[in-house]
Amino acid sequence: MSEEVVLRLTDVVKTFPGVRALDGVQLEVRAGEVHCLLGQNGAGKSTLIKTLAGVHHADGGEITWLGEPFAPATPQAAMRAGIATIYQELDLVDDLSVAENAFLGHEESRFGFTRRRAIASRTKEILARLGHEHIPPRQYVRNLPAAGKQIVSMARALSHDARLIVMDEPSAVLAHDEVENLFRIIRDLTSHGIAVIYISHRLEEIREIGDRVTVLKDGRTTAANLPARTTPTRDLVSKMTGRTIEYVFPPRPPREQRPPLLVVEGLTREGEFADASLTVAPGEIVGIAGLVGSGRSELLETIFGARRPDSGTITLDGKRVRSLGTAVRRGMGMAPEERKSQALLLDEPVYKNMTLASFSGFARAGFTDAGGERKAAESTADKLELRPRDVTRPVRTLSGGNQQKVVVGRWLLGDTRLLLLDEPTRGVDVGARAELYQVIRGLAESGVGVLLVSSEVPEVLGLADRVLVMREGRLVHEAPAGEIDEDTVLDLVMSGSLMEGEPA
Amino acid sequence: MITETAPPEVRKESRRRLRLDDNAIRNLGLVGVLVLLIIVGIITKPDLYSDPTWVRNNFLTILQQASAIGVVTVGMTFVIIGGGIDLSVGAIIALAGVWATTLATQSYGAGGMIFTALVVGLAVGLVNGVLISYGKLVPFIATLAMLVAARGLAAQISGKQTQVSTNMTINDIASTKLLGIPLLVWILGLVVAAGWVLLNRTTFGRRTVAVGGNPEAARLAGINVKRHTLLLYALSGLCCGIAAIMLTSQATSAQAAMANLYELDAIAAAIIGGTLLSGGRGTIVGALFGVLVFSTITNLFAINNLSTEVQNMVKGAIIVVAVLIQQFRYRSLTQLLKR
Repeated sequence: MSEEVVLRLTDVVKTFPGVRALDGVQLEVRAGEVHCLLGQNGAGKSTLIKTLAGVHHADGGEITWLGEPFAPATPQAAMRAGIATIYQELDLVDDLSVAENAFLGHEESRFGFTRRRAIASRTKEILARLGHEHIPPRQYVRNLPAAGKQIVSMARALSHDARLIVMDEPSAVLAHDEVENLFRIIRDLTSHGIAVIYISHRLEEIREIGDRVTVLKDGRTTAANLPARTTPTRDLVSKMTGRTIEYVFPPRPPREQRPPLLVVEGLTREGEFADASLTVAPGEIVGIAGLVGSGRSELLETIFGARRPDSGTITLDGKRVRSLGTAVRRGMGMAPEERKSQALLLDEPVYKNMTLASFSGFARAGFTDAGGERKAAESTADKLELRPRDVTRPVRTLSGGNQQKVVVGRWLLGDTRLLLLDEPTRGVDVGARAELYQVIRGLAESGVGVLLVSSEVPEVLGLADRVLVMREGRLVHEAPAGEIDEDTVLDLVMSGSLMEGEPA
Repeated sequence: MITETAPPEVRKESRRRLRLDDNAIRNLGLVGVLVLLIIVGIITKPDLYSDPTWVRNNFLTILQQASAIGVVTVGMTFVIIGGGIDLSVGAIIALAGVWATTLATQSYGAGGMIFTALVVGLAVGLVNGVLISYGKLVPFIATLAMLVAARGLAAQISGKQTQVSTNMTINDIASTKLLGIPLLVWILGLVVAAGWVLLNRTTFGRRTVAVGGNPEAARLAGINVKRHTLLLYALSGLCCGIAAIMLTSQATSAQAAMANLYELDAIAAAIIGGTLLSGGRGTIVGALFGVLVFSTITNLFAINNLSTEVQNMVKGAIIVVAVLIQQFRYRSLTQLLKR
């Protein structure tokens, strides 16, 4: 590790009206290394990378890039200087082609006409370098899967001859095998001397790909340049949270046999999943493990009635459920995968978001009861330890974990008896996760049935009473959580070499 | 564990006051524009403004001229907050007005005429709603088609003739005063009050904001988004029916070309009143102020004997400036919240 330092931040400060988002950040990145940034949501990671990308401008401190003071006025300036950023929410234009996206903003042109052929061939070269020569440069981006879009984002970074690539949670939208490919690309980049700043919530990824780790907390660097592979998890977590213990899953109470609340039989949607049968009992947490694209989210949405099944039946409490409206009225609730786009009214206050599914119940003769709703939302906020507890704040101002609590809280307000959770902890920081697990377990203990989908296998194994494994649209295995381990699940999910076939 | 340092009660109070201010500031801004327009009136026509009776009557004239378009704007505001747009309002008024003044309808008396106007407005609104929510047409296209078709039907029914209303009850609506205030202004006040309550105090209003703000979230929360969208266009149609009676009474006649370009005035009034064109946010009071600004400008030009051409240019400039201010405010607000 004797490579030259390409980027150095000293005491960088950035204030927004009313908040010091960055309050003394130190960071040192060397050529050819993967430097990981760790920190809870709200620790300042996003502000930091936006400052590097020229979106924000630092108010104080010093940034040196390749030995020169660095203060990019615009994102274009940062890119020209050789710093490219791949944002968490991919900033691609769906209706442009792969090549047009890769060269967006610096199209090669002659007399104002874009040189489509030249751009396409250069894109092809870059894609080949990324190991994805099979993506046609003229393909529309909207037709690509999430992983493909990630590749296009990366191609855009490379189209700028970047010396430093910042990746903000690049693995969040990727399935397991796609993450491997991402790592292969990163290794190839670093072997060419390109530095990478890598942000992720997944510690195991940091261990695998990272060289050094810098930890941020409340806008400050709490630890810099820790070795990524050898620093104990305990130390990393304590630097992030100020706490010394990692979160644990709440204990499972002993199970009693109860007749099922939800019975799904032979549910099929062409091209998404086939012949799915499962049950959930009151007070039981059932987890579905599977890769992105295995059909798990689609299955959940179909059970909720948000998608129409081609065949099969859904029965709640002995009665058929045929539409989303009936599902909600009978006590089904769902926290969807995409919080912001599928669940929240970001500019509306917390309490209106919490009562979105139940405000009619509060209303008298069509007149809403805002006071009653606020009170109910406040008591739910207490139960969920919502922070800040102020229910009149717009949801937009809350952290990811607290936004998720609002979505879960929505279904606590009605008489929800079956809760469907799709990736409940995506983008939620370590501290808030443990609390969410506690909330979910507490719900189950109060008699609610929970059906949970997650790409994080330990989460399914740690939280659920019973585990279903899904692969390529089929439920391939079922076992009590205590009788199955992570390796078995991964093996089933990846190759299906064990216990092939039979949905349980 | 992160703890909230400020006492929650204090924070809540300050927060709520801040949010209230946001709307109040914009409305105050519009009041400021109104005052400015009146001052311009006083400067240009000091002789008129020195007569208190004229001032009073002129004020009532402005309100009366704002009444029909104001009613339409209330419906339009709901549609826009709900994430749509209704380009057919002027055409619906024409169709409802013409249908209510055919000889056959007039033979049923004032009640029959009012009933016809309301039913025609509601029915056309329902057709818009069905096309948009169940036919999955883009609101812009569906209501643009309705704009053309409804005016066409109105011309067909009236034979391109001006249909004079011989019903004195209808004709008297525009000249009747209650407690010194024209009945038309009372109707506007009633519709605005009902609209405010509907938007801010009822489940219907809450659904409107949810459907316009995030339709997917609304759907997954169990709200019937399609049915609600349908109802919003029906509401807009009904408002047009009311406006048709008001305009027919004012002109004591109806024709296929009536309420021309009302859609643009209503949309503009809603927008400068703070309604977000992308849906999810807006206020009835703001929309009312928007309407008043336009009718005050019209009045100002009328008392100064200036051409409608200049008037339209000024209107256009005001729309642009208002939206620019709104965008600037919204941008700085979101930036503040994003941090």
